[in-house]
Parts: sequence; structure tokens; C-alpha cells
Amino acid sequence: MKKLINDPADVVSEALRGMAAAHPDRLRVDLENRIVYRKDAPRPGKVGLISGGGSGHEPMHGGFVGVGMLDAACAGEVFTSPVPDQMMAATKAVDSGAGVLHIVKNYTGDVMNFEMAAELAAADAGTEVLSVVTNDDVAVQDSLYTAGRRGVGVTVLLEKIVGAAAEEGRPLQEVADLAKRVNDNGRSMGMALTSCTVPAAGKPTFDLAENEMEVGIGIHGEPGRQRLPLAPAREIAELLVDPVVSDLPYQQGDSVIAFVNGMGGTPLIELYVMYNEVAQLLDRAGITVARSLVGNYITSLEMAGCSVTLLKADDELVRLWDAPVNTPGLRWGA
Amino acid sequence: MGVDSFVNWLRDVAGSLHENAAYLTELDSAIGDADHGANMDRGFQAVVALLDETSFESADELLKKAGMTLVSKVGGASGPLYGTFFLRFGTALAGADLTPETIGKGLHAGVDGVLARGKAELGDKTMYDAWAPALTAYDDAVAGGADLGTALTAAAEAAAKGRDATTPLVARKGRASYLGERSAGHQDPGATSTTLILESAARTLA
Repeated sequence: MKKLINDPADVVSEALRGMAAAHPDRLRVDLENRIVYRKDAPRPGKVGLISGGGSGHEPMHGGFVGVGMLDAACAGEVFTSPVPDQMMAATKAVDSGAGVLHIVKNYTGDVMNFEMAAELAAADAGTEVLSVVTNDDVAVQDSLYTAGRRGVGVTVLLEKIVGAAAEEGRPLQEVADLAKRVNDNGRSMGMALTSCTVPAAGKPTFDLAENEMEVGIGIHGEPGRQRLPLAPAREIAELLVDPVVSDLPYQQGDSVIAFVNGMGGTPLIELYVMYNEVAQLLDRAGITVARSLVGNYITSLEMAGCSVTLLKADDELVRLWDAPVNTPGLRWGA
Repeated sequence: MGVDSFVNWLRDVAGSLHENAAYLTELDSAIGDADHGANMDRGFQAVVALLDETSFESADELLKKAGMTLVSKVGGASGPLYGTFFLRFGTALAGADLTPETIGKGLHAGVDGVLARGKAELGDKTMYDAWAPALTAYDDAVAGGADLGTALTAAAEAAAKGRDATTPLVARKGRASYLGERSAGHQDPGATSTTLILESAARTLA
């Protein structure tokens, strides 16, 4: 294992220390509970937005804490959901009386721990908590027979859009309804060129030969649905875009926010090669790109590969997308 | 038997999970996200720290506190599932004499808690595939007049068979379910850690 670490057991706490040191103007980090807070939380009258999950997906979620996005993010161990104590502490800390929305990715551990935290916060402090579970990954077939679809790229777009709505002072139920609408209108699909290495495991999660790729992966270094021979970017883009477009389905005349995400180990030049292919495919399908995002936003450690997310966007969603945001991982207009 | 036996059990579980941490993570790498061994090891090391600094008057208090420690330290799906198991097991033992019958009731309460949290069914390729046959074997042994050690040994053996039987299954719950057919051919890490916990019980609780 070749990584910039001291001890595998200290990776998460030392990274949080680094984050606190790097962004003292924007963030406050509770190192004991492993919670990243927006510096001025709680904001009077504002619905608190909390997310969290395993570490190793940076900048998600700690990097999306700040003005116009999250109020707090709970960091679990690498690829392991945080625990209810953390989520309960964060929930109570960001509640200004307007209630709190939990943004949860659909993984068994995340869902169970957030459920327990919401129960505890309601029982302990009377905090009103609603939840949205993101489940946009079209690679998961037969979702009736699985734990459902995974929450992947849409989580980033949702945190931005819903963050803007909460910033406007909208009430909890309205913010939760919007979150559900964003999730319902977004779909994603990912692929990997290499595995990643979980620091505590010390070796790659799976082996992939030089001429192979995994299609339909999630964000935890797990194998995907299919192993295929390596193909040019053009063909990979089709493998990702076609199932995404046909699933909602996105139709001719639709307007979307298009998101090409890197898994952590792919250089931007390749992500732009991919975006070029994705944009052409969407153009051919008569789908308009209202806004786009290209870069490493929801990653799997150093895994090479990418995912494509489309979110059907009306004027309101585009306006909220354009609203000012100031976080370490995403910043414009502020 | 008293609270000391349960202290010994939890210490023995911690040792066994520590020894098997790399093995559990390897099983999890095949169909999950390569963290099960590290997570269980971290959780039970925290339980050992608890045992080192606190003495417990009763088994129920001990098991409840151990359960809360696991929920607070493990994370993932294993934290709520094993945490709930020990919490409910302890709660069921409150005020009861420790007999094979009351311990059986406690095990059932614990596994009911796991089911309520995880909503798994037999054959979903989860830890429940080890728990379910273990409970049946335990109940049968106690009904036949077996003592605690014999009943727990029967439970551990049945859990091991249940664990082995997860290998050909296609996962329907947890991270492995995302792999669909590709999850077949791999032993379930959760059923494996459950078997280790029951084997440890058979060694220490008799």
C-alpha cells in the first residue's frame, strides 16, 4: 500500500484535523465527534441540513459544508457509515427550531444509523427530523430483490440545490419535498478502471487486469455488475449514458444538469474527454444541458473511473443550482 | 454462572475477532467494501476497554452497555445490528436467573432485534442465516434437557453450517446485494462473525 498516511487507524481523524486547519474561516470541526460544521451554524430560522457517510469520498460530505449547502457532515471510518451518536450530536447542534433534514445515501448502514439518530434526537431534544434517502444508481437492477438502488452522484446535486432552498428560509416539509423531487428526477451510472485500497485493509479491494474495466460500480470500491474488456471513452460514455437516459426516461426536449464525476484517481483531462462524449450523446438525443459539473466530487479513494449523473431540471432547480455557494468543495457566486 | 462468565465471553469474542479481522475483511472485499474485520475489531476493542474500566453487577447491565458501545463504535450496518443484539439480549435477562431457558429467551430477543433493524429473511445471505439455525439448534438441545454448554455448542455448530450455506446464495440485503448474481460463490462476512461469536459463547459460557 503506497499512500500518504501515518497509521491506517488515524487517517480519518488526521484528515479532519487538516480540514479544520485549512478552512478556519468557513468550518468548525468537532474532532471528538468527527463532525464538520458550517462555522456560523445554527442559523436562526433556517432548516438544518445534515449529511454524512463513510470517509474516502472527499470532498463529499465535509467539503460541502458551508453557505448554501450543508450545515454539518458526520464522517465515518473509511467506507463505514458514521454512528448514531455523531448524527444525534450534529442534529441537535444545527437545529435552530426550524427542524433538520437528514440527507442519507441508500446503504444499509447509513440508513440504519440515521434512523436510530433521528429517533434519539426526537426523544432527547424534541428535534423535528425528516429524511431523504438518495437512490439514483441505475446499475442496481432487480431493486426489489436488493437493498434498493445505491445513492451516488445525485447526492451532490441534491445537497447544492436543497442547500440553496434552505438558505432561502423555506420550512422543513418544503425542503424535504424538494429533496425528494431532486432525487426522483436524477439517475446515475458509474465505472471503474482500477480498484482502490482501503487503508485498514492494505490491499486493493478487487483485482482488475490492465485490459479490463468494471461497469456499474458504486462508490465503495466494490465490484460492479459486469466486467468488460477495456473500451475507448466513446464506448464507455454510451455504456453509462444509455442506461441513465432510458431509466427515467429522459426524453427529447428535456433539460438536464449533467454531471461527470471522477472517482478520485482519474485526471481531469480524461473527465473532460468523457464529458465531450456525454455532451454529444445528449445532443443527439435532443436533451439540452442547462448546467454541467465536471470533476472529482464523490470519490472512492484513489479508484480510477467515473460516473455520469443526469438531473432533469426545471427553472426552479436551475435557479437554486445557480444560487451562491461557499464550501471547500464547491464555490460560486459567494 | 454469573456476570463473570459473560465478561469472559466478551473478552473471548474480542480476541477471536481481532485474530480473524483480516479474514473477515478479505471475505468482505469479495462482495462488500472491505471493512467488516476492522469495524468489528474496533468495536470489540472498545468493549474490552469498557470491561477494563468498569465492573458490572449483573449480566443484563453488562450486555446492554456492550450493545451501546458497539452501536457507538462500529458504524456501518454491523454496529446497529450487533449493538441491537446485545442490547436486547441484556434487556431480556434483566431480573432473571441465568438458566439455559432464560438465556435462550435472551438470544431470541437479541435476534428479533437484529431482524427488526435489518429486515432480513432466511436465505438473504446475511448474519441471520447463521443466527436462525443456531437458535433452532439451541432450543432443540434445551428442550431435550441439555445443559448450557451442550446447547451453545449445538448452536455454534448449526451457525457454522448456516454460514457455509451462504456461499452459493445471491445476496438480497446489505452491500453485497448490489452485486446481484456476482455475490454467489462467496461466504457471507456477517454470518462468519456471528459464528465466531457463538463459538466463543460455547467456549466461555458453559
